[in-house]
Amino acid sequence: MIDLSINFGGIKAPNPFWLASAPPTNSGYQLMKAFEAGWGGAVWKTLGVPVVNVSSRYGSVNYRNTRMMGFNNIELITDRPLADNLREMEEVKKYFPDHAVIASLMVESKAEWEQIIKDVENAGADGIELNFGCPHGMCERGMGSAVGQEPEVLETIVGWVKNAANIPVITKLTPNISEITDPGLAAVKGGTDSISLINTIKSIVGIDLDTYAPLPIVDGKGTNGGYCGPAVKPIAMHMIRELAQHPEISKVPISGIGGVETWRDVVEFILLGATSVQVCTAVMHYGFGIVREMEAGLRQFMEEKNYKTIYDFAGKALPNVTEWKHLNLKHKVVAEINPEKCIGCELCYISCDDGAHQAISLSDDSKIRIPSIIEENCVGCNLCALVCPVEDCITMVKRDDGTQHITWDERAQNDDIPITFDDDRAGGKGHFVPKPTDALK
Amino acid sequence: MAEYIKPNTEAEFKKNFKQKKPLMNDTEAYFEASRCLFCYDAPCVQACPTHIDIPLFIKQIHTDNITGASKTIFDSNWLGNACGVVCPTGVLCEGACVYNHQDVPPIQIGRLQNYATNNTIDADKVIFKVGKSNGKKIAVIGSGPAGIAFACEVRTLGYEVDVFEAKAKPSGLTVHGVATYKITNEEALKEIEYLQKQLGFHIKYNSAITTKAQLQDLEKNYEAIFLGVGLGNTRTLGIEGEDKDNVIGAVEFIEELREKQHKMKVPQKVVVLGGGNTAMDAASEAARMGAKKTVLAYRNSKEKMGAYSFEYDLAISAGVDSLFHVTPLAIVGNGKVEGVKFAKTEMVDGQLKTNMNNTFIVRCDLVIKATGQEKMGRLYDLINDLDVGRNAVIKVNETTFQTSNPKYFAGGDAINGGAEVVNAAYDGKMAAQGMHKWLMK
Repeated sequence: MIDLSINFGGIKAPNPFWLASAPPTNSGYQLMKAFEAGWGGAVWKTLGVPVVNVSSRYGSVNYRNTRMMGFNNIELITDRPLADNLREMEEVKKYFPDHAVIASLMVESKAEWEQIIKDVENAGADGIELNFGCPHGMCERGMGSAVGQEPEVLETIVGWVKNAANIPVITKLTPNISEITDPGLAAVKGGTDSISLINTIKSIVGIDLDTYAPLPIVDGKGTNGGYCGPAVKPIAMHMIRELAQHPEISKVPISGIGGVETWRDVVEFILLGATSVQVCTAVMHYGFGIVREMEAGLRQFMEEKNYKTIYDFAGKALPNVTEWKHLNLKHKVVAEINPEKCIGCELCYISCDDGAHQAISLSDDSKIRIPSIIEENCVGCNLCALVCPVEDCITMVKRDDGTQHITWDERAQNDDIPITFDDDRAGGKGHFVPKPTDALK
Repeated sequence: MAEYIKPNTEAEFKKNFKQKKPLMNDTEAYFEASRCLFCYDAPCVQACPTHIDIPLFIKQIHTDNITGASKTIFDSNWLGNACGVVCPTGVLCEGACVYNHQDVPPIQIGRLQNYATNNTIDADKVIFKVGKSNGKKIAVIGSGPAGIAFACEVRTLGYEVDVFEAKAKPSGLTVHGVATYKITNEEALKEIEYLQKQLGFHIKYNSAITTKAQLQDLEKNYEAIFLGVGLGNTRTLGIEGEDKDNVIGAVEFIEELREKQHKMKVPQKVVVLGGGNTAMDAASEAARMGAKKTVLAYRNSKEKMGAYSFEYDLAISAGVDSLFHVTPLAIVGNGKVEGVKFAKTEMVDGQLKTNMNNTFIVRCDLVIKATGQEKMGRLYDLINDLDVGRNAVIKVNETTFQTSNPKYFAGGDAINGGAEVVNAAYDGKMAAQGMHKWLMK
């Protein structure tokens, strides 16, 4: 029997699917609807100091036929009165006592923090999330990412909160920083019970070509927004991994945020060490019902792999995520084209010839459109397999016998760092490079 | 059984003659364009008789550069708009689309092409430039696709052009001999008007060139003459009763129908003689006009028909019946048509033989002869040293389209005996370049 329930740093929830603090968690109405739909928890849209919002708030990046591949917003924290939010929070908890309701908070002074923590505890919140991430608007007032970018300030505030709070505390980090482990470590030092990341990335999603203003446009002008959606998932995954592999930070659980839309995203986040995921853009695009696909897919995956809880496979990819210097330099794969499947678009040919290593050739007979791999030139870069529009038409086939293993690190230790260009795979040494003038033929 | 009820109003006519390739809306075009793989050395380009850079214009549609897409199209094909809907794309560009090898529907290239050009024409975008005047004047006989393409191209090369048209409207078979469900008169004429407005060639309507004196005038007043004369009226069969009322040529039938639409009288029972694409168009149109029984009669087997199989399928789906291996012996009836007397044909030693012992009569009220058009032989006889081939088509140099009389160039149906609009458009363009080269010597 699969059990999806989690205990995330002291916050219990029936499943790891949480709504991130964002427009979908702006009201009790939305949370109740979400819990009905199957979400296990929700981080309430950030409560804090009074704000005013602008009209025209979201922008998007469409890619080919996909809308909102990337998404940004310049909306601030909640603009609804605190009392309304607290009253609704209490009501939600009454109807859904076993679901996780987490209050995202953002205030300035120690006194304000202490007061608002008391307020949300009284309203029945199961936990607190500290918004140290918003990269627009609030940071100009010294909050949000302004805190997340200053580890010392972050640590101090986490300390205040931990002293004042009786419920678990999640610290939410901004990715707008060069080393994510710096604020991560500061949060742990400050005593946080868990960490969530990533908040949105500073972004400009587009420029209107008639008015020359960035999107979204507010009366002819715009500002940087916070970028999220499927486009940011790779960045989020890398940052989750960095925290999950850190000896100190990994002692606290991580809630993964950033581009999660499908069960595959959820499984990947868990494999990298996240034990809850938070979702916003997918819900803003498709509604709360998207959770059905996530849950069904996660269950199917767990059934097939024989996992009982998500903790059975949480972090399972981490041992395989290593530094470049530990990769086996003797591993060799080459591309193989299945002529039965090839449809003759020749994208592999042109991408390899123009964009990579000139390892694919065309037939002299123009009627034959199936390209061939020039094996001596194939460095196993994967590009052809990536551009091929047909599933499993180009595969990367292992060519080394698996008996040899040497890494850069091992070479360094053996005092075998090259002093000349001696890479067997290098163009000019391991394989031919066409003459410059061949391009003009 | 007839599938169509006789149309009595314009709306009913439009319903029965619904455009086979309707104009795409912006969303449809965006999504369809997004599917294009941007193949290298794309097979669709190779399959297009005018070699339009199809992947480029599709990408331009996708990036909302509709004007640019139209430039790409018109750069190769002056009748880009008409060709988008009248081309047999299933055997040309779309038939070559690599998606066919994947059992995925090919990109709807024709409709995308029509979408781009139609939008550009409607927006009246100026995209063509007349060449710097070189003071030379050229005459064109015939304002069909070959003549128009020729006129457009020579205008960009700096020549003055007068087009002599026998009829009252331009476009040739596009507005006279193509089924209305493929293109409306309005759309065909709109494109010519658009081209004419920017390129400024003159068309003299109701100006048939039929005498030696007229030709001598042209030869005296113009540097060169382009023969885009197409084909003549439907050939006579030379069978008994052919002169009866209600015996009509297919091209004439189609032309009359385009003109009169729902007001045209099509009787209950129709026999169409022939197996080419025009026969299919005529049969399909008779059925769409509510004829109770439309019979397509062809002297050989289904496989031997000149028509594309999709054109035959379209006729069948309109409710047309077919009769193979029959040859008409006589058209019977007292004054008006009452039927066609056929004899069965059979293959004997690889020769198609008529079996006079096996004859029968198919009752009908209208006979449409789609058995080919006459060649313009009488005109050709008036031109000195004009080399005309075995099939009464003008012989031209393959690359320059110059005839044996150097002052004359030719293209379109006049040189190929009857092909597609796109072939004529290509010939016209190439002939213009060939002529320019000759005059610049």
